[in-house]
Amino acid sequence: MTSTEATAVKKQHLIDPEICIRCNTCEATCPVGAVTHDDTNYVVDVEKCNFCMDCISPCPTGSIDNWRTVAPGRVYSLSEQFSWTELPKQGELSDGETAAAEAIEAEVGALLAEAHKGSGGKAVAPASATKPSVNLYSRAKPMVATVQGNFRITAAGAESDIRHIVLGFGEQAFPVLEGQSIGVIVPGTRADGKPHDIRLYSVASARDGEKRNGNNLSLTIKRAEQGVGSTYMCNLKVGDKVSITGPFGSTFLMPNDTNANIIMICTGTGSAPFRGFTERRRRAIEGAAGKLVMYMGARTPEELPYFGPLQKVPQLLLEKHLVYSRLPGQPKEYVQDRMRKHGPELVTLLKSASTHVFICGLRGMEAGVDEALADICRAERLDWSALKPDMRGSGRYHVETY
Amino acid sequence: MTTSPMPAGAVDYTTKIPNNVNLADDQRVLKALEQWHPGYIDWWMTMGPEGFQTSDVYLRTAISIDPKGWAKFDYVKMPEYRWGILLAPQDDTRQVNFGAHKGEKAWQEVPGEYRANLRRLIVVQGDTEPASVEQQRHLGKTAPSLYDMRNLFQINVEEGRHLWAMVYLLQKYFGKDGREEAEGLLQRRSGDDDKPRMLGAFNETTPDWLSLFMFTFFTDRDGKMQLESLAQSGFDPMSRTCRFMLTEEAHHMFVGETGVGRVIERTCEAMKAAGIDDPHDINRVRALGVIDLPTIQKKANLHFSLSLDLFGSEVSTNAANFYNGGLKGRYMETKIDDDHALTSATYPVLKFIDGQIRMVEEPALTALNMRLRDDYVKDCQGGVNRWNKVMEKAGIKFALTLPSVAFHRHVGEFKGVHATPDGKVLTETQWAQMRDQWIPSLDDGAFIESLMVPCWERGKYANWIAAPKVGIDNKGGDFEYVKIHRA
Repeated sequence: MTSTEATAVKKQHLIDPEICIRCNTCEATCPVGAVTHDDTNYVVDVEKCNFCMDCISPCPTGSIDNWRTVAPGRVYSLSEQFSWTELPKQGELSDGETAAAEAIEAEVGALLAEAHKGSGGKAVAPASATKPSVNLYSRAKPMVATVQGNFRITAAGAESDIRHIVLGFGEQAFPVLEGQSIGVIVPGTRADGKPHDIRLYSVASARDGEKRNGNNLSLTIKRAEQGVGSTYMCNLKVGDKVSITGPFGSTFLMPNDTNANIIMICTGTGSAPFRGFTERRRRAIEGAAGKLVMYMGARTPEELPYFGPLQKVPQLLLEKHLVYSRLPGQPKEYVQDRMRKHGPELVTLLKSASTHVFICGLRGMEAGVDEALADICRAERLDWSALKPDMRGSGRYHVETY
Repeated sequence: MTTSPMPAGAVDYTTKIPNNVNLADDQRVLKALEQWHPGYIDWWMTMGPEGFQTSDVYLRTAISIDPKGWAKFDYVKMPEYRWGILLAPQDDTRQVNFGAHKGEKAWQEVPGEYRANLRRLIVVQGDTEPASVEQQRHLGKTAPSLYDMRNLFQINVEEGRHLWAMVYLLQKYFGKDGREEAEGLLQRRSGDDDKPRMLGAFNETTPDWLSLFMFTFFTDRDGKMQLESLAQSGFDPMSRTCRFMLTEEAHHMFVGETGVGRVIERTCEAMKAAGIDDPHDINRVRALGVIDLPTIQKKANLHFSLSLDLFGSEVSTNAANFYNGGLKGRYMETKIDDDHALTSATYPVLKFIDGQIRMVEEPALTALNMRLRDDYVKDCQGGVNRWNKVMEKAGIKFALTLPSVAFHRHVGEFKGVHATPDGKVLTETQWAQMRDQWIPSLDDGAFIESLMVPCWERGKYANWIAAPKVGIDNKGGDFEYVKIHRA
């Protein structure tokens, strides 16, 4: 998926006529007059809708929150929409495009498509995931969040400076789910005078806030040498204002099912969404039957984000496998090496229809993890090349790498 | 000029009464509302939902007028709900859009000449809000699921908030008279012989959940039409109040439309499973523990006809005066393409003349109630069509219809006329013989009541109603919408 493809197709906002009760709230709310109706249906004019999302939250039914990706010249006209008794199915899309609206803005859509391409096909949300809110805030209409905290979470002497940054929303609403991302609008312009690209960061907290009901969220960000976005974020001070967009992402989401086993494989700041998953399970569904298993890689314990707090997470809640590749006097070990040691256990999990695999981190880990999973399966007479697309198609295999 | 640091539209939570009308700077009104508050709570505790005042209910509370963040969901005990005063944002360029004052700047104060009329409009609207809470107060204990129970309580607290909205207008703009009217709103009681609520439909009982769904579909839809036409008002504070109320009202109609739809869905499903194709095979259908479709039709007949009465006389000089004065417009006034004065236009009105039901042209200005009612009927028909889709999809040959506007009426042209649901005039004797075929009989009522057993297990629904397609606030199927602590 590239940004040129993202601009070639169009995201179209539609209302589900089966769910809509024609209460007129959307039409009354729309600031640009894009919503209209006849005696049967409420419809959205694709020429007028500017994705401001004002209509989404007041809708009492949820019928308003429907999106289709359509080829140019194939947008649904008003008269087509008036004639519907149900929404048309999402047409076939090119690889990497997802049926769900991960993001409306082409810029962010392209970033997410790129991040998710490692799953090897169309991403589908877990069946038991909560329906996410997406695109509430955009570059044109951002949310201004306030920095509530910025803590270094790698050891003082460690080479990598990874930060835990907390953003608060005051009285404003910014609903996120574990696994979703937000965009950051970095102030200033590039050398060519254009605004900086949106930076996407995974949310590291649970849906009810970094602090429970705190109306805030946290991010895990590593300072990159000469990284404009990460430098901006890592230098933030409490009280600073940050313009953010999103939330984004409608497939890489935590399953709510208490029986869901979740295998989480990550490196470095790729652990962010899994911190959210773990916290969600701790707060909402303690004692769930499903297992949480995490393989987390870093160079050393000092560079492993949240090393200290992780030690306190009970093994019963989260089965932790912390793996280091630069321990002095020890051979390099990567997450896939550790996974290979747990072949039979992992295969038992993989055979269950309740098991979900999430991979998040640097792109370099993808191939190694994939090979390890294939080898582990082969040893137990299971065909990973058949299982993977099956899991992906049922929303149980997810990759987000960068 | 205000010195308040609050941004425009933000809600002030520092006062006892959350508001976005700067109450902190308006001590007179703040004091009046604070004095009214204990009486309101007293009313809520004695006339609000019976038995669940200490339960934690997953409620939506309006916290802002910004569409993105307008409401938040959380567990709240109903008496602790933050009933606030929220008006849609003020538009300084807004004008009076119809009637004799068309083109004038919208009024921020009550014009003296319209004082009595405006007060009347506000009091009548305000009276319906607590009335429906009173009508529905016993339903919690027979809720068919925690989901439905939560929806009922959501409606109740929001009707409470709508009472606050009207009381604010009375206290703020109508002085001593307004304070007395605000008290009166807490004194009248639905169905009370001595102090009834002002409108007929709001003195009827809501004996069961199908009645609740029909009520929220038909009667709250009248509320939507009335609020929308009041939102057109040249009196800007009323317009802004009603516009925000409409956002909440939408949920009430959602409960009604999907509620009836889920009852129909479940009946069809049970019929199919039992191999019953004939919807009129009532005894067999009832034996399945679901509500037969002909009885659902009777309930619709009843609630539709009662709700039509709320529109008042078809031809009304009051309505003409309200319109001409710029107080109450037509449904979606600003989207209608005409002169918005109606001084020479006519409108067809259905009347009872010489024993016959006939269409007669009347001056459009006096026919405004009829016009609003026509818009209402059209709006209702849309929902009925969707119910019929449920049966069509299930392959059950039955279709619900809206009865004639002449059927079972107690107000207006057809008061005292006996007519069939398809509009044929009957004698008194014929009506007495046929009545139970069209309106729920005592037996029908007793049967429905027999089904009203509580189902409070998470994720479970009573046998007579299907589960909803989606949860509230995107919650999953077994979410605990109400944590029950019986008082």
